[in-house]
Amino acid sequence: MRRIKNIITQFEEISNNPKKQLDNFISEGKKVIGCYPYYVPEELVYATGMIPMGLWGKLGSPNKSKEYFASFYCSLVQMNLEMALNGELDKLSGVIHTTLCDTLRPASQNFRVAVENIPFIFMAHPQNRKKKYGINYTAEIYSKVLDQLQEIASYKVNDDDLRHAIKVYNENRKAKREFVKLAGGHPEAVSAVQRSSVLKSSYFMEKATHTKMLKELNVLLSELPVVEWEGIKVVTCGIIADNIELLKIFDENKITIAADDVAHESRSFRIDASLEEKPIIALARQFAEQGQDPILYDPLINSRAKHIVNLVKSSKAHGVVVIMMTFCDPEEMEFPSMIQVLNNEGIKYVKISYDHQIKDFGQARTSLQAFADLI
Amino acid sequence: MVDNIKVVENVKNSRPAKEWLREIVDKVYAEAWEAKEKGELIGWSSSKFPAEIAETLGLKICYPENQAAAISAKHGGQRMCEYAESMGYDNDICGYARISLAYAAGAKCDEKSMPQPDFLLCCNNICNCMTKWYENIARMHNIPLIMIDVPYNNTSEASEENIKYIRSQFDDAIEELEKISGRKFDERKFEEVCSNANRTAKAWLKACSYCKYVPSPLSGFDLFNHMAVVVTARCRRESSEAFEALTKEYEESVKNGTSTWRYDENYRIMFEGIPCWPELRSLFTPLKQYGINTTAVVYAPAFGFVYDNMNEMIKAYCKAPNSVCIETGVEWRESICRENKVDGVLVHYNRSCKPWSGYMPEMERRFRNDLGVGVVGFDGDQADPRNFSNAQYITRVQGLFEIMEVKRKIKDEKN
Repeated sequence: MRRIKNIITQFEEISNNPKKQLDNFISEGKKVIGCYPYYVPEELVYATGMIPMGLWGKLGSPNKSKEYFASFYCSLVQMNLEMALNGELDKLSGVIHTTLCDTLRPASQNFRVAVENIPFIFMAHPQNRKKKYGINYTAEIYSKVLDQLQEIASYKVNDDDLRHAIKVYNENRKAKREFVKLAGGHPEAVSAVQRSSVLKSSYFMEKATHTKMLKELNVLLSELPVVEWEGIKVVTCGIIADNIELLKIFDENKITIAADDVAHESRSFRIDASLEEKPIIALARQFAEQGQDPILYDPLINSRAKHIVNLVKSSKAHGVVVIMMTFCDPEEMEFPSMIQVLNNEGIKYVKISYDHQIKDFGQARTSLQAFADLI
Repeated sequence: MVDNIKVVENVKNSRPAKEWLREIVDKVYAEAWEAKEKGELIGWSSSKFPAEIAETLGLKICYPENQAAAISAKHGGQRMCEYAESMGYDNDICGYARISLAYAAGAKCDEKSMPQPDFLLCCNNICNCMTKWYENIARMHNIPLIMIDVPYNNTSEASEENIKYIRSQFDDAIEELEKISGRKFDERKFEEVCSNANRTAKAWLKACSYCKYVPSPLSGFDLFNHMAVVVTARCRRESSEAFEALTKEYEESVKNGTSTWRYDENYRIMFEGIPCWPELRSLFTPLKQYGINTTAVVYAPAFGFVYDNMNEMIKAYCKAPNSVCIETGVEWRESICRENKVDGVLVHYNRSCKPWSGYMPEMERRFRNDLGVGVVGFDGDQADPRNFSNAQYITRVQGLFEIMEVKRKIKDEKN
C-alpha cells in the first residue's frame, strides 16, 4: 500500500503543477506543443520529438479573455485564452487549436489574432468521419498539421517515427483503461481525487514515463484483495471532472467512480490506432472510430445514451453523475435523450453544474449527498 | 396546387413585391401540407443545406429556422422555449433549436405550423448545434438524417481537400435522397434548379444593394422579412421574379426619393447579427426616435449563393457567416459598411448564437479602427425574449447616437 501511495503522490504532484512540468521540459531543451480539446492526435507531436501538453483551462475567472468573449462561453476555452494572454503559455512552441464545438470555432480565431507569439496550428476535424472519404480527409488535415509541427521541430518525421508514437500511445491508453477499472474496484486505495490526478497527469508527462509508472500502479492495485465497500459506485459523464474540491465531495460521501464518460478522461483513450497500416491513415481511422460523444456527429443517432447504460451495467454502478459544463451546448443537447434512456432503464442520475470559476460547491455537495442517500 | 403562372401574373400586375414574396413563403408551407396529406414524404432542412439537391428530386421541404423565426416574431418563442426546457433542454441552447425541438415533440403552436418530418437534411455550415438539433429530431421521429459536414475554415478560401470531402458528401446525399424519393437524380433538372437558385441569389443581392443609396429606399429590417423567400424557396423561378420585382420597386423609389423607412435618416448603421424577432418593435423604437436607418445587415445577403459549377457551389456553401475565418468575416462586413455608407454599427450579442457572437468583440475593435465609425453592442436573443433588456438596448442606441453625433461634428469641423 505504501508504494501505491507513493506512486499516486507523484502523479498528484505532476497533475497539480503543470507549470513545473513545462519548465522541466524546456530546461531539458525540449519543445512543447499545447493541445486543445478534443481528439488531437498527440502522436503527431510525439513523433517529431516534441512534448504535447493538454490545454483544458485552469481554475479561475477570465479577465483578459473577456476582451474576446461575451459572458456566455465555456470557461475552459476562456481560461485557455486567459493563460495565453497572461503569458503562462509563452514557453510553448505552438498550440494546436481544434474547432469541434460552437465555442471552439470563434475561439480559434480569437486565439490566432490575440496570441501572436505562439505559433498557431489549426485543426478542423470532419464530422462525417467514418466513410472512406472522411478518413482520407482526416488524414489530409493531419498531414497538414504534421507539416507545421515538423517545421517547428526542424525534424522530418518518417512512418517508423509515427508507428513508434502510436505504439507508445496505445500502451498508455491501454494502461489508463486498465487503471480506470482497477480504481473503480479499489476505492479503499484510490480516491476520486487521486483517480483524477493519475489520469490528468498524463496530459503533462512524456507518455512512456506515464505508462511506466501507471503499469506499476496497476500491478499493485491488481494484487490488492477485494474489499467490501459500503459506499456507492457511479459513472461520471461530462467534459471535465478534475476539480479537487468537487471530487472531495465524492470521497466524503463514499461515492466511487466506477467508470466514466468524461471527455478529459475515458473518451480520450477509448480507441487505439492500428499498427498494421500507414500510420497517418491509422490515426485518421482511430478518429473515425470515435463515437458515443456529444461533441461528434452520431450516424447511429442514439449511441451515446446506450453507451452510458452499458457503462453503468458493465461497471455495476448504482447511478450516473452528470457533470454539466456551463454553456456547453453539445452536452446540454444530449442531456434529455440520455435521461430518457436512463429513466427507461431505471438508472438513477444526478446533474451537477460545473465550470472552472466555481469555488463553492455547496449546491453540488447537497445534490451528491442526497443522491448517495437515495441510492 | 397553386397555379404558378396565374400567381406570377396577378402579383406582377397588381401587388407590391412584398406581398408576392410573402405569398411564395405561404405557398411553400401550403404545398408541404398538401403533400403530407397525400402521403408524400416531407423533409426538414437547415437553411444552408444545399436546397438544390432536394428541389431537383421534387421533394417537399420545410425550414425549422424559418418557422422558429416566424413563431418568435409572433411572440410564441418564449412559450415554445419553455416547453423545450420542460423536456430537459437547457435555456443556454439556441432559441431556434429549442422552439423546433418543442414543435417536433408535439408542442401546440398556432403561430406557424408545418407538417412533421419524414426525413432530415442537416448542414453544419451554420453551426455545430445544428447537428445535435437534427440528431434529436431524428431520434424523436425515428427518421433518416442526411448530414453534410462543412468543416470550419481558417483561411479565406476553402481548400481543395475541403471541396473534395464536401463533394463526396453531396454525392452521398443525392444517393440517399434518391432512395427516399424513389426518383432518379436528373442532371438537366439540377442545372435548371441551379439556374433558378443563381437567378434568385443575384436578384436578392441586387435588392440588398439598394441600401447604398442616400437616402436608402428601404430599411435593412425589410430584408430580414424578405429573406424568408431566399431561405425557403431560392430554387424556384418565381422567387427570382419576385426579387426582380422588388429591385424594380427600389429603383423607382430611388428615382422618386421615397423609402419604406418613413422616418428621418440622420444616421445610417449596420445591424450586426440575427434580429431579436420577438422584439422587432423594441428594436425599431429608438432607431426611429433618433432617425437612424439600418442600411446594412449581415444576415440577409449571407443567403446569396452565386456559383457557376459544382465546385463553386460547394465553395459558396462553405461561406456561411459562422463558417468563415475572422478576416473574411470582417472583410464582408466592412465592405457592406463602406458600400452602404454607414456611420455606426449596432452589434447584437445573440445569446442563441455562440459561433456568431464569439468573435464579435474583436470585430468591434476592427470596425472602429478600420472604418472609424461608432460601434456599440447590446445583449439579446433571436428567439427568447427573456434574454433581451429593452432598457439596456435603449441606452446603447442612445450611446451610439451620441458617438455618431460627435464623430460627425469633428468631421464637419475638419471640413
